[in-house]
Amino acid sequence: MDNNMDNNSNNIIVLMVCPVSNYLEQEIEKSFKVFKLWHFEDKEQFINTHKDSIQAVVGSAAAGADAELIESLPKLEIVATCSVGLDKIDLARCKEKGIRVANTPDVLTDDVADLAIGLILAVLRRICESDRYVRSGEWKKGEFKMTTKFTGKSVGILGMGRIGTVIAKRAEAFDCIIGYNSRTEKPNLNYKYYPNLIDLASNCQILVVACSLTEETQHIVNRQVINALGPKGVLINIGRGLLVDEHELVSALLQGRLGGAGLDVFEHEPDVPEELIGLENVVLLPHVASATVETRKAMADLVVGNLQAHFGKKPLLTPVV
Amino acid sequence: MPTEEERPVVLIHRIPALKQPLASLSERFTLLDPLLHSADSTHSFLSRHASSVRAILCLGASPLTSDTLSLLPALEIVVGSSAGIDHVDLQECRRRGILVTNAGNAFSEDGADYVVGLLIDVLRRVSSSDRFVRNGLWPEHGAYPLGSTLGGKRVGIVGLGSIGSEVAKRLVPFGCSIAYTSRKKKPCVSYPFYANVSGLAADSDVLIVCCALTEETHHMINKDVMTALGKEGVIINVGRGALIDEKELVHFLVRGKLGGAGLDVFEDEPHVPKELLTLDNVVLSPHVAVVTAESFAALEQVVIGNLEAFFSNKPLLSPVKLE
Repeated sequence: MDNNMDNNSNNIIVLMVCPVSNYLEQEIEKSFKVFKLWHFEDKEQFINTHKDSIQAVVGSAAAGADAELIESLPKLEIVATCSVGLDKIDLARCKEKGIRVANTPDVLTDDVADLAIGLILAVLRRICESDRYVRSGEWKKGEFKMTTKFTGKSVGILGMGRIGTVIAKRAEAFDCIIGYNSRTEKPNLNYKYYPNLIDLASNCQILVVACSLTEETQHIVNRQVINALGPKGVLINIGRGLLVDEHELVSALLQGRLGGAGLDVFEHEPDVPEELIGLENVVLLPHVASATVETRKAMADLVVGNLQAHFGKKPLLTPVV
Repeated sequence: MPTEEERPVVLIHRIPALKQPLASLSERFTLLDPLLHSADSTHSFLSRHASSVRAILCLGASPLTSDTLSLLPALEIVVGSSAGIDHVDLQECRRRGILVTNAGNAFSEDGADYVVGLLIDVLRRVSSSDRFVRNGLWPEHGAYPLGSTLGGKRVGIVGLGSIGSEVAKRLVPFGCSIAYTSRKKKPCVSYPFYANVSGLAADSDVLIVCCALTEETHHMINKDVMTALGKEGVIINVGRGALIDEKELVHFLVRGKLGGAGLDVFEDEPHVPKELLTLDNVVLSPHVAVVTAESFAALEQVVIGNLEAFFSNKPLLSPVKLE
């Protein structure tokens, strides 16, 4: 960790807008003064009192810096998010005001990809369901049902960025046929490109949502895409809840128009649609795709590293803006 | 398709719980099934048909003992239909020169897929955090305890057979390093070989048990091996329950001397040690690692293929070497 900062660094005030981890808080506190927004009942009053001293905001997938917050912090210089997703940050406004933005790409790519494959297997092979079958004593009454093979199946990846690429590589080891949809076709990829998401969904059995959430991609997985995936199709979402029309997803699952789903993200975390809780053909995870000891430490170190770089007048480690 | 008279006789050997699947068999073979003739005891049924039975199809893990074999003096081949063959008295088969076939590669890919699924589940807490969500605990507790990354894990494969080698192939892109133990070192394999399982365990973070159950391998994963693996270690078992000393395994898991386990098989199925039922660092499944529609379709082809090869004096598809 770079502690090469001047003695006044402890006076720099960082506002954490949501809890991330004890480790991150401890590390930031080593070099900066930290305010934790969730400790204040009257957030508006807190901001009014301290607005002229806050120079940095630290967020995560849960919360970031929207237009309102940015406008209320005239001394804000940097927003560092403990996530790779930027959907909770008003990037345009940051750009406009010369506020730096840093995220945590690459360090979480492998874990997220691993979990995507884990979700596919958990859904197709009904692993969580069969664990319940054993724990509840049902196995004593009879054999569990037959499940669906993963090896050799067709996998469609929505978003062929860092994470999508790594998911594809892992699926290849299972002899899967890979297709993808993204804003533009990627050169030098051996996978079939589908310029139309509905076509991709029609031509794969498992659709993995791995793109970033922007204004354009909200609800990109809509009723037509879900119907195209079909009654034997499986939807895996390790991106953001808002990428999928959750209401349509629920009704498709209830009506059998979609075969199953593995979801790590939801539109209104931590709330999960009640109807999904009763379904056996879904796996529901509490946004844990990057949640390993190793990766969360690496993400936190990157956040602190970016803050130290900025206030030490050095280049940001992982700049976005 | 052979006419009714031309269809060679195949005796079906099964426990009553197993229904006779493999419907396409009756198009090619004359199937004799003692359990469908309730008027006769199995013993007298077999005695009556003994002279015409050269081939027996053993369904699932139905035990095939020397008692049954002794009623069939004309028997030349046992066609198995499961990945394991430990339920067949292989010693008796060897003594009498009876050929034995198993499921070949029909189950290998599904078995390997399931191993990877169990491993990711244990390390990344998939089933336990799914439970957490279903129990409504996410809003209350915020976050679930962190899991452990797969990348960089040292995976030791116990038995680098058809399932074991498919597991290795799948885990390499996850950044796992692979080593193995086996009866003999495999010549064309570049993964490091360990002559014994304790040595492998000492250098591994994960042990994947997918070998055959024999007299030698019974309880091969014992207290010493588990101690060598260590308290962060994870065991995945899709072989047979008796490959692991289950009492010791429970003891290690309950006392936190082992990091976790993914278990598809148990010593006394369908009974699972009750201490395991409340642990969050284990994933339990009801002996389903290979049970997919696709693998059973592939199995049907292997079974038919072996029977047709036998009756036409051609090389068998998946003979078991009887040592």
